[in-house]
Amino acid sequence: MASPLERKIKITGPVVVTANRVADGAVIYRDADGDWTTSLDAAAVATDAARAHALIAEANADDLRAVGAYIAPVELTEAGGRRPGNLRELIRLSGPTIELPVTFGI
Amino acid sequence: MYIYDSIDRTLVAERVAEFRDQVARRLSGELTEDEFKPLRLMNGVYLQLHAYMLRIANPYGTLSSRQLRQLAHVARRYDRGYGHFTTRQNIQFHWIKLEQLPDAMADLAAVGMHGMQTSGNNVRNITTDQWAGVAPDEIEDPRIWAEIIRQHVTLHPEFSFMPRKFKICVGAASHDRAALRIHDLAFRLHRNAGGEAGFEVMVGGGLGRTPYLAQTIRPFLKKCDLLSYVEAVLRTYNQFGRRDNIWKARIKILVHDLGAEAFAKEVEAEWQSIKDGPLALDAATVAEIASRFVYPDYEALEDGPPELAAARRADGRFDRWVNNAVANHKKSGYAIVTLSLKPEGGTPGDATAVQMDALADLADRYSFGEIRIGHEQNLALPHVAQRDLPAVWRALDALGLATPNIGLVSDIISCPGLDYCSLANARSIPIAQEITRRFHDLDRQRDLGRLHINISGCINACGHHHVGHIGILGVEKNGEEFYQITLGGEADDHAVLGTLIGPAVPYAKVADVVEDIAAAYLDLRTGPDELFIDTLKRTGIEPFRERVYAAR
Repeated sequence: MASPLERKIKITGPVVVTANRVADGAVIYRDADGDWTTSLDAAAVATDAARAHALIAEANADDLRAVGAYIAPVELTEAGGRRPGNLRELIRLSGPTIELPVTFGI
Repeated sequence: MYIYDSIDRTLVAERVAEFRDQVARRLSGELTEDEFKPLRLMNGVYLQLHAYMLRIANPYGTLSSRQLRQLAHVARRYDRGYGHFTTRQNIQFHWIKLEQLPDAMADLAAVGMHGMQTSGNNVRNITTDQWAGVAPDEIEDPRIWAEIIRQHVTLHPEFSFMPRKFKICVGAASHDRAALRIHDLAFRLHRNAGGEAGFEVMVGGGLGRTPYLAQTIRPFLKKCDLLSYVEAVLRTYNQFGRRDNIWKARIKILVHDLGAEAFAKEVEAEWQSIKDGPLALDAATVAEIASRFVYPDYEALEDGPPELAAARRADGRFDRWVNNAVANHKKSGYAIVTLSLKPEGGTPGDATAVQMDALADLADRYSFGEIRIGHEQNLALPHVAQRDLPAVWRALDALGLATPNIGLVSDIISCPGLDYCSLANARSIPIAQEITRRFHDLDRQRDLGRLHINISGCINACGHHHVGHIGILGVEKNGEEFYQITLGGEADDHAVLGTLIGPAVPYAKVADVVEDIAAAYLDLRTGPDELFIDTLKRTGIEPFRERVYAAR
């Protein structure tokens, strides 16, 4: 019988597991080797609840390196890459959509 | 400026050492995130979308040039070369690394700065009028009373684990520049019929998903009773405030549910039992605190020096800036200068390390080394001799800090929104930037007159959208950014919450809607002397609503 956590995970498309790196807060993704990467293209993609559950369980167990892990939607590109599945994830990956003040004006 | 003593310095230094140890234990795995999170939050360290964020308290919005230089240093060394001034007179750094935070905090502690109680369910940074001590319309400096409260509630064990955060504001002028009524607890110093100065006590204000304005529970409180009354309010809240539901935990919900009268009765009952105890303020204690506020050694100067008049005649840009950004000072021959952190296309409230350093130098040269932060996310030089205004303007203009848009449509209050914040549903900053571009013509802005736009990227309302003349709230609908528009909010003496005008509009249409509202105002006003907010009060929102939605 699935655990309550497992039952709650509903996957409607490809997903990755993402978190922030403990040391500096950088956005990271769980990869297929059980490590973390800052590259979305290198992230492990789950397309079913069992795989997503396994990834998030691994991620949550890695409290030393990652904080606040969760499942995020991605879109797969024809070239085999990944695009963030929503604006929030796009901003997490690419940074603010605005010019940072350092380069603005002075 | 307030001069910290050895107790303050020791307390801040000890906190840095403690936090350094906590960070080391987190990085080594000795502390889990669940264990560490409440510890970092006690020091103003949040985790946002891209990085950790450090929020630093600036008590009552006053900064020394030395402190501002150190903020520039922290921005440059540990962050990305800029900081963000907030609606609570604080500053935030958005790109701090956890492993460097102890060093950054140590550098801040060297100038008496810290992040204590800028997060968590305690009494947050006490705010006040950014013109405190220099405004002609104040009856005395409210910072003395803010400082007394600050000392009492700093690390006070009884008030470190309240149902929710608690924001206190103190004002002492006839015009409310500090947004008193949107605070959990606010004190307005005024004179009673007998000429005695005391506090009107307001409680239960706050924005967020359930916005309320604070209600007056005591029209006049003697100054000696300030601290015992603060204690009574906090105790009442601590006892009766809800802890079962974070959305109903703020004191505003308690005051609303009990009713202000019943809440006041509870407070008064508590107060009667403590008012004559050790918290009663004696004159010597107040004088001791007041003595640590050092005021400038002003020169004896006349108002309206000839060199100022000549410079105004000679340069139209300077003259327009004086009209917009310079306010009367309580000392003759001096002026209060507001510095706009809202350049066209910029991020409201952001200042670069270059600007901070240069401004610190300007403050030393022209403002007795003092800088203020206003809740509108602008800065001020509080003591500029009027004869120095042309030189100050030239320097500020070169720094990009002299946009003459104070109080105008492009002087927008905005939260960081989805570009930084993990709570946000939608972006705020690019909306603000687009509006400033649409209204880049300063003549058009001046024609529109006083018009406050406040933008929040989620219902937590850090951008105070409920009290903007035009309020903009970002929401998410089916994965898209939409924005609700409210009209008629005000945060000052006539505080009122805005009214939602209709269905939310998509991201790309927000600036169009603001232009429609501005156009409707120009059509509806009785003349250039009728302010936007007054037209709105006269006509109601209907004609504005029609204008906005007729075309959509």
